[in-house]
Amino acid sequence: DRRPGPRAARAPASRGRGGGPGRPLLPLRAAGLAAPRLLRAAHGAPDGGGGGSGRRRFSGALGRTPPAPLPLSSTSPGCAATMASSEEDGTNGGASEAGEEREAAGKRRRRGLLATAWLTFYNIAMTAGWLVLAIAMVRFYMEKGTHKGLYRSIQKTLKFFQTFALLEIQNEESVVLFLVAWTVTEITRYSFYTFSLLDHLPYFVKWARYNFFIILYPVGVAGELLTIYAALPYVKKTGMFSIRLPNKYNVSFDYYYFLLITMASYIPLFPQLYFHMLRQRRKVLHGEVIVEKDD
Amino acid sequence: MKHSEVEILDAKTREKLCFLDKVEPQATIAEIKNLFTKSHPQWYPARQSLRLDPKGKSLKDEDVLQKLPVGTTATLYFRDLGAQISWVTVFLTEYAGPLFIYLLFYFRVPFIYGHKYDFTSSRHTVVHLACICHSFHYIKRLLETLFVHRFSHGTMPLRNIFKNCTYYWGFAAWMAYYINHPLYTPPTYGAQQVKLALAIFVICQLGNFSIHMALRDLRPAGSKTRKIPYPTKNPFTWLFLLVSCPNYTYEVGSWIGFAIMTQCLPVALFSLVGFTQMTIWAKGKHRSYLKEFRDYPPLRMPIIPFLL
Repeated sequence: DRRPGPRAARAPASRGRGGGPGRPLLPLRAAGLAAPRLLRAAHGAPDGGGGGSGRRRFSGALGRTPPAPLPLSSTSPGCAATMASSEEDGTNGGASEAGEEREAAGKRRRRGLLATAWLTFYNIAMTAGWLVLAIAMVRFYMEKGTHKGLYRSIQKTLKFFQTFALLEIQNEESVVLFLVAWTVTEITRYSFYTFSLLDHLPYFVKWARYNFFIILYPVGVAGELLTIYAALPYVKKTGMFSIRLPNKYNVSFDYYYFLLITMASYIPLFPQLYFHMLRQRRKVLHGEVIVEKDD
Repeated sequence: MKHSEVEILDAKTREKLCFLDKVEPQATIAEIKNLFTKSHPQWYPARQSLRLDPKGKSLKDEDVLQKLPVGTTATLYFRDLGAQISWVTVFLTEYAGPLFIYLLFYFRVPFIYGHKYDFTSSRHTVVHLACICHSFHYIKRLLETLFVHRFSHGTMPLRNIFKNCTYYWGFAAWMAYYINHPLYTPPTYGAQQVKLALAIFVICQLGNFSIHMALRDLRPAGSKTRKIPYPTKNPFTWLFLLVSCPNYTYEVGSWIGFAIMTQCLPVALFSLVGFTQMTIWAKGKHRSYLKEFRDYPPLRMPIIPFLL
């Protein structure tokens, strides 16, 4: 079976982009910020805001109904495993465009009872977790009247739900920016999955899921980029996460330059993600029929 | 003899693109593609995909019109495969890069390492050996592309050349940078480790070449026949008893040998990525064999004996 493991469960049925293992580039996972979320999303979970690598522990189930096994696309961006041409006739197998809520019952049957139960539990847990975080953030603000120290106070809970690089936060404002954006996004998203799984999706949840992102994605991305940017001098000074020569494995890694490249990668990736979501929105909320340009 | 008529519609829009009358019933799809090109010269035959059903499989060039399930007027659906490039061109380009790039690092041309190292030479024997092995490997690949391989398909999508070259050239540069670095650290277990690694590398190179020759001999020049490969008198081909794609097995082995020889993590990563891709191909090939041949030997695994 070539399904690339749990990640396949992650990819939604409707994807404009080809298949691909959806596995984030390894170093980006180490960055552990929203960056991997964004990039993962671009790879194959274009409903934005990741879920995968940061939550490696929970990568078993991510709410979406698993699509049929996809051949590895040779065109998905950043797909390290498919670097060389396929030995077949070169036409890649892109995911076919299937409506998200289509044939839910059929999919459930294919998925199996155990998997459905796990997915349901997982999505309820993620919704709850993000809700807890949201409440913690609101309470903090109500008690202290400021966002200063917010990150520190919710660190442990946050790390439980999203593996974080210990990036030595230098700028709390930018952190708050993406935290707020994420929290709202994730609660909306996981509620959407949960309700979808249970086949009782209130319209307002669908509406929220396909409208909130319009503001929240740019806000979240801005927060992420500002946070990375603020941390750069510290990274350079301390040489954290970096490996220097000489060493017995003859390899080196410079976290500072890695972060610069990460930031640059937002430029091609974020628009792809954002426009994909806009297209999904037109399809799902406005019933537009969009003919995907294949190959 | 009655002639057939062929109408060609766009697979997506169903728009009528071309109508061919007076087509011989024994015409092949290749000939029909040539006729289609006359009216639409921008779509040369290599980028045409013709099929009986808009969502169906592509018809083969060798298929004969008469033998297809069509009436006297055949309706074929056309899909544009995009700009194409020949396999040979892609292979030559993607292999020539690493050969050349590695040597740039080996000779320490300026602007790679510090200026005081320009055109200096490493004092470690293994570094020189590694250069010979790496260069040999890619020279072998180039020669095989020119003289050994018999390709099933003439072309692939143009964008593949950019993807493939990025992969091969990128990794070659990354590996070469460390192996030829002035601060390179030779293998922990010294000459013993290098000797063992070299043995693995050489055996696997010979093995890989033997398999390529065996596969070539299965197929007459200019044909696209497919047959089950079997072991020959050459002991290296006996791996066919256990594996469908021993060429990939040997290839992975070569790179593992090279990784042990250089004790360089980027080489190990390159081996791993290559192994992943080759496993996917091997599984696909294995599945095709099973589908096509009833009597396919059951003991064989795709790429790793008994395991994978």
